[in-house]
Amino acid sequence: MLYNEPSPHETRILTRRLVYPQAEPIGYEQYAAQQGYEALRKALAMTPDAIIDEVKKSSLRGRGGAGFPAGMKWSFVDRKSPKPKYIVVNADEGEPGTCKDRIILENEPHRLIEGCVIAARAIGAERGWIYIRGEYRRMIETMDRAIAEAYQQGILGANVLGSGTRFDLYTHTGAGSYECGEESALLESLEGKRGNPRLKPPFPATSGAFQCPTIVNNVETFSAVPDIIMNGGDWYAALGAPRNGGTRLFCLSGHVNKPGVYELPMGYNLLRMINDVGGGIRGGKKLKAVVPGGSSCPILKAEECDIAMDFDTLAKAGSMLGSGGVIILDETTDMVKFLYRTMKFYAHESCGWCIPCREGTAWLKKILERLDAGVGVSKDLDMVDQLAQSMFGRTFCALGDAAAMPAMSIIRKFRAEFEERIRSAQVFIPAPETRPLVVL
Amino acid sequence: MADLITLTIDGRKLKVPAGTLVIEAAKQAGIEIPAFCYYEGFSLQAACRMCLVEVEKMPKLQPSCTLPAADGMVVHTESPKVADARKGMLEFLLTNHPLDCPVCDKGGECELQDMVFRYGAGESRFTEIKYHQDEKQWSPLVYYDPARCILCYRCVRVCDEGLGVGALGLTYRGVAAEITPSHGDHLECDECGWCIDVCPVGALTSGTYRYQSRPWEMNHTGTICTHCADGCKTTLSVRNGAIIRANNRDRSGYNGEFLCVKGRFGYDFVHSGERLQSPMIRKNGKLEPVSWSEALAAVATKFSEIKARGGKFGVIGSTRTTNEENYYLQKFARQGLGTASVDHHRTGDVPALIDALSGKTDALAAMADLYQAKAALVIGADLAQQHPLIAYQLRANYRHHKMAAYLVNPGASREEQYAKKSVHAPPGKEMEAVASLAGELKGHEDLVVIFGASLRGEGVRQLVSFGDTLGIPVKYVCLVDYSNSRGAMDMGLVPELLPGYRSVREAGMEPGLALDEMLAAKDLDALWAVGANPLESAELASSAAFVVVQDLFLTETARRAEVVLPAQSAYEKNGTVTSVTGEVQKLKAGAKVMGTKADLEIMGLIAKEMGLNLGIWSPDKVFEEIRRTVRGYNIPLPVVATGGAAQTTPVNGRVPAMPRPEHIRPSGDTLFTSGTLGRYSKRLSSVMEAPGELFKG
Amino acid sequence: MTFSPQLEAKFADLITHYPEGRQKGALIPMLLYAQDEVGAVTPEVIAEVASRLNVKPVEVEEVIGYYTMLWRHKRGKHHIQVCTNLSCMLAGGEELYAQVSKKLGIGHRETTPDGQFSLEETECLGACSWAPAVLVNYDFHMKMTPEKLDRLIESLGSKQ
Ligand SMILES: Cc1cc2nc3c(=O)[nH]c(=O)nc-3n(C[C@H](O)[C@H](O)[C@H](O)COP(=O)(O)O)c2cc1C
Ligand code: SF4
Ligand code: FES
Repeated sequence: MLYNEPSPHETRILTRRLVYPQAEPIGYEQYAAQQGYEALRKALAMTPDAIIDEVKKSSLRGRGGAGFPAGMKWSFVDRKSPKPKYIVVNADEGEPGTCKDRIILENEPHRLIEGCVIAARAIGAERGWIYIRGEYRRMIETMDRAIAEAYQQGILGANVLGSGTRFDLYTHTGAGSYECGEESALLESLEGKRGNPRLKPPFPATSGAFQCPTIVNNVETFSAVPDIIMNGGDWYAALGAPRNGGTRLFCLSGHVNKPGVYELPMGYNLLRMINDVGGGIRGGKKLKAVVPGGSSCPILKAEECDIAMDFDTLAKAGSMLGSGGVIILDETTDMVKFLYRTMKFYAHESCGWCIPCREGTAWLKKILERLDAGVGVSKDLDMVDQLAQSMFGRTFCALGDAAAMPAMSIIRKFRAEFEERIRSAQVFIPAPETRPLVVL
Repeated sequence: MADLITLTIDGRKLKVPAGTLVIEAAKQAGIEIPAFCYYEGFSLQAACRMCLVEVEKMPKLQPSCTLPAADGMVVHTESPKVADARKGMLEFLLTNHPLDCPVCDKGGECELQDMVFRYGAGESRFTEIKYHQDEKQWSPLVYYDPARCILCYRCVRVCDEGLGVGALGLTYRGVAAEITPSHGDHLECDECGWCIDVCPVGALTSGTYRYQSRPWEMNHTGTICTHCADGCKTTLSVRNGAIIRANNRDRSGYNGEFLCVKGRFGYDFVHSGERLQSPMIRKNGKLEPVSWSEALAAVATKFSEIKARGGKFGVIGSTRTTNEENYYLQKFARQGLGTASVDHHRTGDVPALIDALSGKTDALAAMADLYQAKAALVIGADLAQQHPLIAYQLRANYRHHKMAAYLVNPGASREEQYAKKSVHAPPGKEMEAVASLAGELKGHEDLVVIFGASLRGEGVRQLVSFGDTLGIPVKYVCLVDYSNSRGAMDMGLVPELLPGYRSVREAGMEPGLALDEMLAAKDLDALWAVGANPLESAELASSAAFVVVQDLFLTETARRAEVVLPAQSAYEKNGTVTSVTGEVQKLKAGAKVMGTKADLEIMGLIAKEMGLNLGIWSPDKVFEEIRRTVRGYNIPLPVVATGGAAQTTPVNGRVPAMPRPEHIRPSGDTLFTSGTLGRYSKRLSSVMEAPGELFKG
Repeated sequence: MTFSPQLEAKFADLITHYPEGRQKGALIPMLLYAQDEVGAVTPEVIAEVASRLNVKPVEVEEVIGYYTMLWRHKRGKHHIQVCTNLSCMLAGGEELYAQVSKKLGIGHRETTPDGQFSLEETECLGACSWAPAVLVNYDFHMKMTPEKLDRLIESLGSKQ
């Protein structure tokens, strides 16, 4: 299913085979009829190095959040290692604001399968898993049907399209955890454990799933690969911005007229995205702020939104492109509540492994809950900022940073609103004194 | 040897092997980096973030517990950024931690308290309501208070990696994350309590010690555990003469921090209400309390009389009394009473091994060898149940050095978790299985062989010949069951041998009766049992025998006695004991039980009463004599005196007269039983795993 | 304990998905699928799955506490999950949650006495562009309105 009409402003590469409302997923026959698996045939005739080179040339960067160059990641795998190599697809899609991987899982499963088989060829992998969040059971079923078709067609299994190499692909269900989207926690979960992240190094390319060399990429990253192989890395790179190749799926949500998932070139201007693609702010209201790439990314104020949406430009502006979840807030948005809800999420999802994240998110949530309820004091505002700084860069994995960044950016950029909330409090609260550590 | 690299920590240039963790490198230079989750010898967690340091050219602070030192690295451990991070971590930790140190069981020895004192802020900005979960009892011995837990995962790791039990895990997440026991609401494990010891805070507390004392209100005495033969060092914490805690937190012995349930909790027999506290004499068929002088006089008179008429004595010594006591006892028997019928409850064929190793130096393994050997062969022993420290050493060896373990056992044992190969063979068929391993064993650089009592006499000889064919250095451990079983043998508590494996014929005697023979002799005139309970499972044939028993409890043998003398346990006296690996360690008196005397003193007083001159009976003087006269015991005094373990070097030659192996009877004790003492330990029987089973995996 | 033939077949297949000796990988999927059939991760399910995968009970305890989709107590026949995370909150997700809670008389992770419904306030469901989102068991209902939600619950209730 597609849940929103496409926009005429889109550059449809990844989504080019989809037609609104796409009532049924594209099956093998239809996929094959539209050049499906031709890229795989081409890749099977290429050397692994040539495939990786093409992906490197495409300047395809990871669509899961961190934007790491995919070709480079693949080249880190030691193909000569005697251990089996694995492919893991990150379909955990947990970042608030993000709902794009499902477009592929739900509608064009064979694209993902094709991308995986090509990647397997590139690193010499013999098995792969698609780790799909547990709530996406229907999409797991869709993927399973497509995988069964692919086995029937000899695309998966003992002899991939007669190439003499084996590749098995399975789905694996998650069971409710945002942290399992973090790649090393995901691998732990795949192995049947709690989603606690792993120490890095070693990175997955050296020791990943079941302690074997593994590449972990997002659904969209793998899904971009067939077109790159078909049309060449240079072609793909040229679609996007410098060092940010291709198109990507942007998920517009929040206060826009036409929320939806749209495929746009990397580097697309954010204001145009809101106004042209998203049909402008709902109810003719004014734009207040945008969370540009999922809840972890530092917020942009309206005046910062005339910006190219690519990894480097956003990084320069002090934010991140993240996972493509663009949350658009209009002038009526209550920023105190917004930050509180953000922190409630991170406190709920912290795995509890390390001190600063476990305790920091819980503490911040409590302060923000009070602030939101109008029971705050002015000291709280500096404290939110300071506590977030105490977490930032000091946690075991990036979830701590992901919680700290929105806190720091929102409290700094919208401080007046927080102050106003405290001033207008209905109840009088004396400023709490600091407490001696030992109460006798 | 890894290459040395140079790094700078706090302005000091250090050379360390490449790959050394920065936290360890700093420690070598005397720079202490605080940490909760880093625990030497166990897997790395990087969870507590207390050890963050600033490294030049790295944008973020780095956890020094996982950061390998690299050439040219410049590290700052006290920069303002680092100090701020530490302060932040502690502030975070204290948010949900109760701030009630005055009533916390850990107060005064809490690592969190110490860290806050050194690195923390004086006040907390946390004014919210704390997240709280109530305390739980997991077993009679282990309590867990999630509110105090700082999630350092030490407990999880010692249980899983150290013991191979893996009874602890982590459940829930975020601020609700807590440690969970094996069965959701209760523990089924070895009940060793190590988790309690390593807990840096008051989260895990001991059912036996909690809320009884502050650490500084107790006297702490380092001594040796009296249960099995592994010889773990343990520190008894004593208040008003009563032991209220035992652990080895100072890692002073060769066991490091390790103790099993017996070492950590099984000292309660000492203060059992059933302890004998007054000498007793049988009057009108009933044992009646009498004074020490009356009891000693009665024994001396009777012994002198029997000796004078050339009567028949049987003397049985103990596997738990000290070397000094055993030495003195055999001297008393042979010189004082003129009898050659001296024996003890034998549990392994040590003389056969010493004899078979004749001519090979250095072939008896020390406890440290078990951690260093490249390969180990275990024959007929459920180590995790019977020899917890040996099991721990081997596992640590595997964990740290990938030692290859081979097992030949009648059934499953925990060592199978990591063993390279395990063959199940019934007793008597071991050597065939062992022979089948020859090819693989030869491939290792060296080997340590650990065998139980199913191999004896000829079997031991075959084993050593087999070892000789391997062409690699092989060391051996002959397993024996009680804390001073090895010492009893070394001190000549057998009919055939004098101390130091000399033939009794050297003393102009013929070997006397063995233990079973004494019991079976219808004409025995006197039986003297010092710390032994031979009548537990046998009858005394001679109804006229005058029986004298020195013991802690009114055992089966004591019940049959004419005179019962209340003795002291190893925890109440000084002296030395020799472990299963032949290492001599010092006992130090910790506890005190009114009315009792050490066996050595009792014997000395009887000798005095009898007018015998057997020398001064103070432990130090007797030990001096042992060092002078017993072969192999001329060990370096300072090592023992300072609490170390010194391995004896027994005869390197044939044993002139072999004690008969058919008198060996292994005790069959498990992790939760300990002969007579185990019976009087309520704690060992209080846990649901008790009494344990052998060879069940 | 036995499961339906379909589930047994699923388990038999699942176990082949992981490398030899690493069958613990199937743990979380097995618990989830077993819960779908049994209604909860009961002590029997824990013991059964642990023994089939040869893992210690504590390893199962560890994951049950961690994953929010695993429940120790029975969920309703219709498990209603209302997203209140950012995008959904902006579109009225919190109000929808309150509406269901009031209508069914149950709170977060509670089940109605008749076992028909259970309710959960969830984190982002991955439907942000079509917010607010509600998930009933494994079926998405997006662009929800109070009226649509009322009708949905009524139609589920009448399905008995
Ligand atoms: C807390 C956290 C959650 C994450 N969640 C997801 C996710 O749901 N989906 C995803 O693809 N990547 C997620 N990531 C990023 C992954 O760790 C990893 O970078 C990504 O799977 C790599 O694939 P890519 O290079 O194709 O983006 C998450 C990272 C963190 C720190
Ligand atoms: S119980 Fe103690 S040792 Fe175990 S994790 Fe908690 S704080 Fe650490
Ligand atoms: S915020 Fe509700 S589905 Fe993402």
